[in-house]
Amino acid sequence: MTEFLQQLINGLAFGSILALIALGYTMVYGILRFINFAHGDVFMLGSFVGFYIAPKIARLMPMPSIGAALVVLVISMLVCAALGVVIERFAYRPLRRQPKLTMLITAIGVSLFLEYTGQLVFGAAPKKFPQLIPVYPITQIGGLSLNSNQVIVFGVTLLLLLALRFVVLKTRIGMAMRALSFNPEAAALMGVNIDVVISFTFALGSALAAAAGILWAINYPAIDPLMGILPGLKAFVAAVLGGIGNLPGAALGGVIIGVTETLVSGYISSTYRDAIAFAVLILILLVKPSGLLGKKEVEKV
Amino acid sequence: MTFKHAKTCLLGALLLSFLVSLGSSWINPYWLYILYDIGISIIMAVSLNLINGYTGQFSLGHAGFMAVGGYTAAFISNHFGALSLFAANGIFLVALLAGGLAAAVAGLLVGIPTLRLKGDYLAIVTLGFGEIIRVILQNTDAVGGARGLSVAHGWTNFFWAFGLAAVTVYVVVALVHSTYGRGFIAVRDDEIAAAAVGINTTKYKVAAFVIGAFFAGIAGGLYAHSKQFLTPNGFGFMQSITFVVMVILGGMGNTPGVIIAAVLLTLLPEGLRMAAGIEHLPGITKEFPLSWVGDARMVIYSLLLIVLMLTRPQGLFTLRKRIS
Amino acid sequence: MRYWSLNIFLLAAGLALTGCNKPAGDTAGGDTIKVGEFASLTGSEATFGQSSHKGTALAIDDLNAAGGVLGKKIQLLTEDDQSQAGQPATVVRKLISSDNVVAILGEVASSKSLEAAPICQQSHIPMISPASTNPKVTETGDYIFRVCFIDPFQGTVMANFARKTLKLQNAAVLTDVKSDYSLGLAKFFKAGFTADGGKIVAEQNYSAGDKDFNAQLTAIKAANPDGIFLPGYYTEVGLIALQARQLGLTCPIFGGDGWESSSLVPIGGKALEGCYFSTHYSPESTAPAVQNFVKAYKAKYNETPDAMAALGYDSAMLLADAIKRASTTDAAKVRDALAATKDFHGVTGDITMDANRNASKPAVILTIKDGAFKYVETIAP
Repeated sequence: MTEFLQQLINGLAFGSILALIALGYTMVYGILRFINFAHGDVFMLGSFVGFYIAPKIARLMPMPSIGAALVVLVISMLVCAALGVVIERFAYRPLRRQPKLTMLITAIGVSLFLEYTGQLVFGAAPKKFPQLIPVYPITQIGGLSLNSNQVIVFGVTLLLLLALRFVVLKTRIGMAMRALSFNPEAAALMGVNIDVVISFTFALGSALAAAAGILWAINYPAIDPLMGILPGLKAFVAAVLGGIGNLPGAALGGVIIGVTETLVSGYISSTYRDAIAFAVLILILLVKPSGLLGKKEVEKV
Repeated sequence: MTFKHAKTCLLGALLLSFLVSLGSSWINPYWLYILYDIGISIIMAVSLNLINGYTGQFSLGHAGFMAVGGYTAAFISNHFGALSLFAANGIFLVALLAGGLAAAVAGLLVGIPTLRLKGDYLAIVTLGFGEIIRVILQNTDAVGGARGLSVAHGWTNFFWAFGLAAVTVYVVVALVHSTYGRGFIAVRDDEIAAAAVGINTTKYKVAAFVIGAFFAGIAGGLYAHSKQFLTPNGFGFMQSITFVVMVILGGMGNTPGVIIAAVLLTLLPEGLRMAAGIEHLPGITKEFPLSWVGDARMVIYSLLLIVLMLTRPQGLFTLRKRIS
Repeated sequence: MRYWSLNIFLLAAGLALTGCNKPAGDTAGGDTIKVGEFASLTGSEATFGQSSHKGTALAIDDLNAAGGVLGKKIQLLTEDDQSQAGQPATVVRKLISSDNVVAILGEVASSKSLEAAPICQQSHIPMISPASTNPKVTETGDYIFRVCFIDPFQGTVMANFARKTLKLQNAAVLTDVKSDYSLGLAKFFKAGFTADGGKIVAEQNYSAGDKDFNAQLTAIKAANPDGIFLPGYYTEVGLIALQARQLGLTCPIFGGDGWESSSLVPIGGKALEGCYFSTHYSPESTAPAVQNFVKAYKAKYNETPDAMAALGYDSAMLLADAIKRASTTDAAKVRDALAATKDFHGVTGDITMDANRNASKPAVILTIKDGAFKYVETIAP
């Protein structure tokens, strides 16, 4: 029983980070009906921004400390938000009228570009991510282990989810985002500035990915330019699982994938761990393509 | 394009390949094997073009079919010791066909579940299938698993590589331009309209995968008997992307363009290698230029994809104005 | 009609490249000795390939600074195989047929060595692998050598160490299924450990590149092992140790030479205290050869050499030594000299080539104490 609970905790922590990444995928898809392949690499860049900023912050503030961690987190989120806007502006916006396939291919191109330029610039070897926050074991009751890093992951993810919910449901731009995801033409006719809203969506999604990157790096302090590929793919599967375009769905999907992977890995076989996410994807697309919380979309002729 | 001459082209190509094959001992082995790589790339790109270009099913897992074909062919041929020339070629043909058939079955297994999917989803699922194939091979000890599989016979030669490339091109082109083949293009252009007109879109989508996979399997068999060593990691997402870039560069649905793109992109790393080689000085090797070959290749591929899509999505080597 | 032009283009290309043929074996001419090297300088294996390349390049520089070999300078021609299957065959063919090298150095990954070895063997060009541990590599033929241990030796060394020195009754094994190095070591460890009366209580796997191992470690913890055998690479070992300690696993973790890197302790930190691994040499060794190597490496690259760098260095030095002993660059004679190597004082130990052309040399067990590697014992073959 202890083992099961432990695996559950492990899966939840891992899944929370996937959820953060999945949110970005689902938001962009909701608005543009397009999978931003490069999202996983924005996640990677979030970690690297943190890696390069941290020493500079350490000179200004005591590190490890909560304050320093917050500063690094915020800076990383801002930088990646800007990056997301730039990518959208130059690589995706010109292609909005083109068939979806063209954008997909461009997204793959951007993803590869970020990865391999990363290898060129950062070097291929994994780098040790500096310790931003002191680690405390929280419990060791009856063999169950929880430490402060995992609690931070849960906490930050929850906070960001609530913040996102607030933005989407209670602000004007959030309303514009929802309008755009319903019907782009109608939204434009109602006076919504499509370009601004789309840029904002990318900025928001990229900021969340950066946060995920920092949280990831805090828990798994070895970062490298190719680290975003698998988490990115798994987060995408999570978004589809939850119903793409659906925010709570993405979070739910992330947690489910995280827990499933962990349980299968621990109890059945860890050899097939990578294939699990894909198997889940194929299964869900066969059984309920609109995802767990999604609605069926009718394709009008 | 007229196709009265198609059969003559094919026979001519086969004959030329045979003649060049006879003289292959005069060719520098390094370049000879690059030529084999070109032949294999052509088969992969043209077969992928059938799925992506002509039928509009965006598949990102083509290397998985190549893996299935390669491993199957190698598994079969490894059971034989030294053989006479005639017997060797016979067994090779059998092994290649077996590889192709195994890959075709894999294509069936991939094609059927993906029937209802479109665009982005289809791409990710095919990617997933490619990875699943890789993970399965990694865990199958009978073919070596992660330790790899040594292939005893290096039977690939110019005749096989280019002869089969010519056959692939012939089959794909003849197929697409036949009345049956119009169905593929109809599915790509407007699937709902095609279904409304009575075309069995399921049949065509699955057929595209099966036929495309078959030839990818053959390419895999050729690859196995050229490199003589197979690892599951050699057939991952990166490999699939390489072939996708060839199809896009050449123009989706544009077979001559895709062939040219396949040749160019196979020669690209060698060109980069030659460029890096200029830096070699006695006893001193500079780190930076050497890494260029590897890093630059992928950065160039990615930039190529982006720039192409932004400026000329119909591909470099096509005369049409837009993706039709 | 375009198809005709394509066929003619291909034929013309084929014939034109005929002119690129160079007679093989034309290597003795000129005043440099050309040595080929292939390594993964980019891609997923770049950390290891770049290390071994740096060691090799340093060796060549040292040799040339001392006047070269047989009075000639050595020219190192390095090719990047980009961590991609299919590339080693291409680049090795280029080195042999176009660049006309006298010998090939490479590779770290066994799968890449296995791809290149048959080509070197067929062309009768000696090949020295710095770090490939799969026994099949040298089984390819008598022109293939290596300067590192093979899995059966190292796996058994660790099994004996676990049973006899650490006195473990049962052990868990955590293997990297993507790496044949890891699989090979695990296999021989399990065989040795159980043959000596030990019990394997848990077997879990991961893939190189994974970052989260909590699932596997939790399962291992439930089996309550006395120790965990972790035959992986330092890139994951550090993280695994961290997560193991966080989960409350306090038993010793031990592994093989894949641990050896200056990046291991920065990533793993205190979690690695009291852990052990087998390797080729200890940077603490007072042997002048080792000290000079470490000093020169730090001066040139501004970092401490890891096992791959040391092995890369030795592979080049051994080749030079063999050429000197053979007094010629003639491939067959160099091969014979390599096969006859006895007590070559390498940075990674005293190397003697056994009948299978594998390096017979002692393994050194190190532990991590106060954040640094400390020598424990030497195990002779």
